[in-house]
Amino acid sequence: MHAQTDTAQPPATLQAQRLACRRGDEQLFSGVGFTLEPGELLFVRGRNGSGKTTLLRTLCGLSEPAVGTIHWQGQPIRRLDDETRRQLLFIGHRDAVKEELTPLENLRIHLGLRNENTDEETAWDALQRAGLQGREEVPVRYLSQGQRRRTALARLLVSQARLWILDEPLTALDRRAVAWLFERIAEHLEVGGMVVTTSHQSIDGLPEPRILDLD
Amino acid sequence: MLRSLWTLIRRDVSLIVMRRQDVLTVVAFFILVITLFPLSIGPEPDKLRTLAPGGVWVAAALASLISLDRLFADDWRDGTLEQVALSPQPLAVAALAKVAAHWFSLGLPLVVLSPALGYSLGLEGAELLVLALSLLLGTPVLSLLGAVGAALTLGVRAGGALMALLILPLYAPVLILGAGAVSEAMFDSAYTAHLSLLGAMLAVAVPLVPVAIAGALRIALD
Amino acid sequence: MTARSIPWLKFTAPPNFYVLAERLTPWLWGVAALFLVAGLYVGFFVAPPDYQQGNSYRIMFIHVPAAWMGMFLYLLMALYGAIFLIWRIKMADVMARAIAPTGALMTFLSLWTGALWGAPTWGTYWVWDARLTSTLILLFLFLGYIALHAASDDREKGGRAASLLAIIGAVNVPIIYFSVEWWYNLHQGVSVMRADGPSMAPSMLAALLLMTVAFWVYSAAIVLRRAQSETLSREARKEWAQQAACGRLTRDTRERAVAQAQQENAVSESGGQA
Repeated sequence: MHAQTDTAQPPATLQAQRLACRRGDEQLFSGVGFTLEPGELLFVRGRNGSGKTTLLRTLCGLSEPAVGTIHWQGQPIRRLDDETRRQLLFIGHRDAVKEELTPLENLRIHLGLRNENTDEETAWDALQRAGLQGREEVPVRYLSQGQRRRTALARLLVSQARLWILDEPLTALDRRAVAWLFERIAEHLEVGGMVVTTSHQSIDGLPEPRILDLD
Repeated sequence: MLRSLWTLIRRDVSLIVMRRQDVLTVVAFFILVITLFPLSIGPEPDKLRTLAPGGVWVAAALASLISLDRLFADDWRDGTLEQVALSPQPLAVAALAKVAAHWFSLGLPLVVLSPALGYSLGLEGAELLVLALSLLLGTPVLSLLGAVGAALTLGVRAGGALMALLILPLYAPVLILGAGAVSEAMFDSAYTAHLSLLGAMLAVAVPLVPVAIAGALRIALD
Repeated sequence: MTARSIPWLKFTAPPNFYVLAERLTPWLWGVAALFLVAGLYVGFFVAPPDYQQGNSYRIMFIHVPAAWMGMFLYLLMALYGAIFLIWRIKMADVMARAIAPTGALMTFLSLWTGALWGAPTWGTYWVWDARLTSTLILLFLFLGYIALHAASDDREKGGRAASLLAIIGAVNVPIIYFSVEWWYNLHQGVSVMRADGPSMAPSMLAALLLMTVAFWVYSAAIVLRRAQSETLSREARKEWAQQAACGRLTRDTRERAVAQAQQENAVSESGGQA
């Protein structure tokens, strides 16, 4: 655990202390603690059912841990103020992509919900870079699983959040998309961003992560 | 905050417009339930007239109940609800926005249609106006209360039937006041008391019920 | 935070609660039986027949306490639900859940006896009277709570959803009650329920009070008993619960279990202040 210095600005860290989570009556894990500093990547590892998704949902404040606390930028995770909340981006297992809408509409709604000001140009550009060129205005229903996933991941390109929490981002992605995502994560870390992620696939090609083993 | 709410309302309305068959289903359900009254009671105008206020109100309550079934279910299933919960505005306000969008697209058509259906059951003149007015004040309260049920039964077995059990008892006061207003109008007595009480209920429900909805949504997301 | 040091919170630890309930329930059963016998005796043999209703009014000695109990238990259930939601004390959810079936039973009993009373008194088993109608709605609120609690796969989650429902219901009970009352008065004018006159013979009152106490104590006993078995099933994997299920819970095991539970709490608390 890192020593904390007293500064006027709260530290831009994600701190977890002695977390324990339960699903039903089952204890998933306990005693999980870490401090994630700017520029760090945390990779959560564990077999199926070890509680990776639960941990990630807990870290972004959706689930409540049975024991322990989480602070993001010095604030308890379930009581963030609006600005701090916007510094956190979560892309879950269920990726919040509406099938009836096009990738462009999905992205616009995402931005609108988070109240982020991005012009049309940036949104189009992001979708292009996410490999959805020519598909921007086709309802997601007619796209492949991988393209649907790219629609969700395009959020990373327009996001101003410092902390990304990505649950199984590699699912359904082809090799090119994986390379693209890794590149994007590396860029984000370089400018002082932080990433928490999990995957069952190989993560060779990512910057050296810190590993959290739940088994 | 206003911008994100506007986004949410617009998105919900446009999604409902895309699935316009849902609106049609609810409207058709509303009309069908009312059709059942003459079919089961008989066509005598006098009998139907006495039953009209209650009939239209019961049909509206049931239609509101079935239309709310899926209010949060789709967003919950595909993860949008998580994103809404993590977005900067309070979840209660977002819930209110969703209920508002839902009411505009599924509740308002019932209100607009109600005079015609009231007329078919034998209501006349001012009574029709009171009927529409009582529904205009009452159905938003039904939507809000129903949304609590929809949120509480997210991801739960037998959601629809359970929701009816949870919510219909809470509908009782609105139903009493709404149908009561029309009955009063039929006897030319003062219906304004009923309408003011309905308005008061709406005024209390709008700030308070969304807090309960948000609480229920957080439990469902946990 | 300071609330945790108050002694009565000792019984929020499941093993302590279990032992307390174990000690209390035999006494409660005894007291309930005593008051029940006394109440029934006074009610049936001492209290005079009513000058209007003859002997049929005697069902009141069951009807009235049951109706009071139903209403009271709903509010108590909502209170426990609120405690569970605010302080996350799991025993509060156990208590709320244990109360629900008894509350539903009491409410049903008051409807049932009301119907039986109604038949000889005003010639019908059921009228859409204000009190009957709002009691019926109360019964549905209980059933909704029970169904919602049972419908969730995750007991903790189901408990929280059901607690929220109980609170919403409790806020609504007065609204429902007054709106139904108002609805009824508009339609009927005078209530038919005013059969019991203002003057009540002292022995009638005594019987009513005895029966009320009997119902209270019975409810307490059965609720504690149900909460006990719920606690055991929730803690089924723990050593103390397994011992307790066989009736061999030692003081040593219990204290260890309590210490462990407190330690878990302490961890989450110190984390909360960091």
